[in-house]
Amino acid sequence: MANGSARHIGDVMLKVDGISLSFGGVKALTDVSFSVREHEILAIIGPNGAGKSSMLNCINGVYHPQQGSITFRGETRTQMRPHQAARQGMARTFQNIALFKGMTVLDNIMTGRNLKMRTNFLLQALYWGPAQREELAHRRKVEEIIDFLQIQHIRKTPVGRLPYGLQKRVELARALAAEPTMLLLDEPMAGMNVEEKQDMCRFVLDVNDEFGTTIILIEHDMGVVMDISDRVVVLDYGKKIGEGTPDEVRANKAVIDAYLGVAH
Amino acid sequence: MFYREAGQFRVSYAEDQRIFPIRQDRYGFVAVLLVAFVGVPLLANEYWFSAILIPFLILSLAALGLNILTGYTGQLSLGTAGFMAVGAFAAFNFAIRIPGLPILAVFMLAGLTAALVGIVFGLPSLRIKGFYLAVATLAAQFFIEWVLTKFGWFSNNNPSGVITAPAMKLFGMFPVDTPMKRYLFTLTIVAVMALLAKNMMRCATGRAFMAVRDMDVAAEVIGIPMLRTKLLAFAISSFYCGVAGALWAFAYLGSVEPQAFTLDRSFQILFMIILGGVGTVLGSFLGAAFIVLLPIFLNNFVHRIVPGLSSDLLSNLELMIFGGLIIFFLAVEPHGLARLWQIGKEKLRLWPFPH
Amino acid sequence: MEFDWPFFFEVLIGGLLAGVMYSLVALGFVLIYKASGVFNFAQGAMVFFAALTFVSLVEKGLNFWLAMAATLAIMVALGVAIERVVLRPLVNQPQITLFMATIGLTFFLEGLSQGMWGAQVHGLELGIKDVPFKVAGISISQFDLFAAGTAAALVAALAVFFQKTRIGRALRAVADDHQAALSVGIPLKHIWAIVWAVAGFVALVAGLLWGSRIGVQFSLTLIALKALPVLILGGFESIPGAIVGGLIIGASEKLAEVYIGSPIGLGIGTGMENWFPYMLALVFLLVRPEGLFGEKHIDRV
Repeated sequence: MANGSARHIGDVMLKVDGISLSFGGVKALTDVSFSVREHEILAIIGPNGAGKSSMLNCINGVYHPQQGSITFRGETRTQMRPHQAARQGMARTFQNIALFKGMTVLDNIMTGRNLKMRTNFLLQALYWGPAQREELAHRRKVEEIIDFLQIQHIRKTPVGRLPYGLQKRVELARALAAEPTMLLLDEPMAGMNVEEKQDMCRFVLDVNDEFGTTIILIEHDMGVVMDISDRVVVLDYGKKIGEGTPDEVRANKAVIDAYLGVAH
Repeated sequence: MFYREAGQFRVSYAEDQRIFPIRQDRYGFVAVLLVAFVGVPLLANEYWFSAILIPFLILSLAALGLNILTGYTGQLSLGTAGFMAVGAFAAFNFAIRIPGLPILAVFMLAGLTAALVGIVFGLPSLRIKGFYLAVATLAAQFFIEWVLTKFGWFSNNNPSGVITAPAMKLFGMFPVDTPMKRYLFTLTIVAVMALLAKNMMRCATGRAFMAVRDMDVAAEVIGIPMLRTKLLAFAISSFYCGVAGALWAFAYLGSVEPQAFTLDRSFQILFMIILGGVGTVLGSFLGAAFIVLLPIFLNNFVHRIVPGLSSDLLSNLELMIFGGLIIFFLAVEPHGLARLWQIGKEKLRLWPFPH
Repeated sequence: MEFDWPFFFEVLIGGLLAGVMYSLVALGFVLIYKASGVFNFAQGAMVFFAALTFVSLVEKGLNFWLAMAATLAIMVALGVAIERVVLRPLVNQPQITLFMATIGLTFFLEGLSQGMWGAQVHGLELGIKDVPFKVAGISISQFDLFAAGTAAALVAALAVFFQKTRIGRALRAVADDHQAALSVGIPLKHIWAIVWAVAGFVALVAGLLWGSRIGVQFSLTLIALKALPVLILGGFESIPGAIVGGLIIGASEKLAEVYIGSPIGLGIGTGMENWFPYMLALVFLLVRPEGLFGEKHIDRV
């Protein structure tokens, strides 16, 4: 069952309103609306091709929807570049791992903190002085995350050499490095075995617990979804067909039909 | 046996972030510096200074510049020689038109001019990638060549076509006139700039560059601004190439000529970073050394093995060997000599044990 | 002063005909790119090598057609060798690595050509006199017309080859998707060897035409660089695109030289054609990165 800590869920932090997105002639999303409250864990589920990743991409500015708006912490915007989303406190992971293959684990996570670095390239060229102090301060923070996700033993390994499960964990670390207020996770447990999934679940819950990060996750494994999420949104063919607590959604006839492939 | 790290513990992050965390590496580097600054001036003759060491150092600097743009940031550029030319001509014009300007200021301004030109030609990189960008940099190369040759203002309207580089005086007092002095002058500039580059590349700037190279979409999602980062890469890279160009004219050739900065030169420097190791500071030096030394090696040794080879045939042989080596390295060790060096060090840590 | 229309058309037609020759070189690029996804920077060196080999054989006394056949055989062998030695070891590397390998190949071929046959400039006689004849008061070079005709014939032949024959279909399948082509039993390695051989043949024709126009010398390799803007305009994968692109580049380069270069007071021979095509390509890239005929690339995140 969902965690029993005394974490309390706050007000609406993200409001998705009437989003429609199409590519050429293909409609990826049609009039999707839902909201996400602070500190909660929301899962977006649905059959393949339902538009879940596209939804995440709209939230974080990678795709620009043709219609509708997104309001994050009171600010409404329709066109936004991804790095602006990052500056506003959103971080995300990708379905197919988007790590920087030419760098080590440590460097990848440190890059996640680039956003917070203030020294310019000239000071960095001179290194000894403000740039070094900043590097070490950020290194300290990154090491906390490394401890938290238990990846100390691989910090100097180039990420290309790591097994899939560890790469996913490193990607999560990199997202956390930016100290986000909202975390978008795209199938964080895809391709993992049972133990790895349990570890990842624990990490996701810990992140939500300790840092209070609001989490939106796309996930296929129903067990995981039922266990860790507070609320669930169901998409099918780009439309929202259900929303509510895990139990409510589980009993929703439209959702069951969609998963069983009943034509409608 | 000699390269063991036993007993060397890094007890702070500062120690871990050092350029040379292993003590033997530090000693080795100090030794290299001693040889370069003290040993070589004592032992080398004029030929070595003028024909080998100075061009090696200057080309290493240019290779470093290209490496920053292509190796670290992944923006393929065939316009390196063009930016060098901008630096050379800018230095010439600043030195001639503002008499009394200190030589270091001349080089600095030359680099900044090249950086500005680099930013302009870097603007297309926001929409264009890969070898399309290479073609755009070709445009830069040819256009710069044409502008500098056609418009006499850049050559101070010199009718003879041979522009002598003005003599250099450090701090207005010490003339840099003998080959050894030119060598030390070049060595100091290159060493300092290499250190600055290394520092930038191991901090946030370098990480941002590498992120753009590895996966730019993800980089943007993390918060790295695409425009600013790419333009900064072009600017810093062109600055380095500009200073290298100025040095090439002032400290090596003694004259400022566009023929020194043709497309062939751009390819030569690209080869240096491919062979030496893209994305590393060491690789720039290794690649430059290789390409400067190989013709000399061929000239001297091949003659002994196969006497009577005409110099024409030799230079064609050079081309074939270079071309073949590029293909070989790309297939076998795409990270170049620098990676081979690293592998060698790793084996050395275990020596005399095999694993 | 009245605008000199006949002169304008002379320049234009001269440019168009030169453009057809650029298209010929670009064609070689397109073939290889279509079939193996490799951008063959060494196409120019192949043109040079072909022309040089042919001319040297003729000078050694070989009859014209025999020399042509021999050169063709050599080019085909070269193509197969390149596929085996350069492409196979690099088969899974990213495109940019293959591109750089072809740069290395360029230098290798240049060294080989000059090493084998010497570095002097050779004249190449094809038996067509470069005598202009007048049509409606406009001078057209006979040679240029012949070159254009040859190139057009070659393009038509290639188009038929690709569309109608079995091998042509196989080539297109390979260009689309290597894995899928393998799974329907198309022998990838044979196909690549065939493609490189055909590209070698195209290089030979281009080499002969360009060689008789400007002489067989090292600067032939620079023609290949000119083909790059052609490809950018026309797209890397389209044969009609290579033609249209070549025409545009050829015409615009001559027109710019005459109508922009001269009035600025720089005089003819300003060398504007050295950079104008690249600038044009650059501007084009900013507006339409995939070329006139290319396909839009959507990046899946």
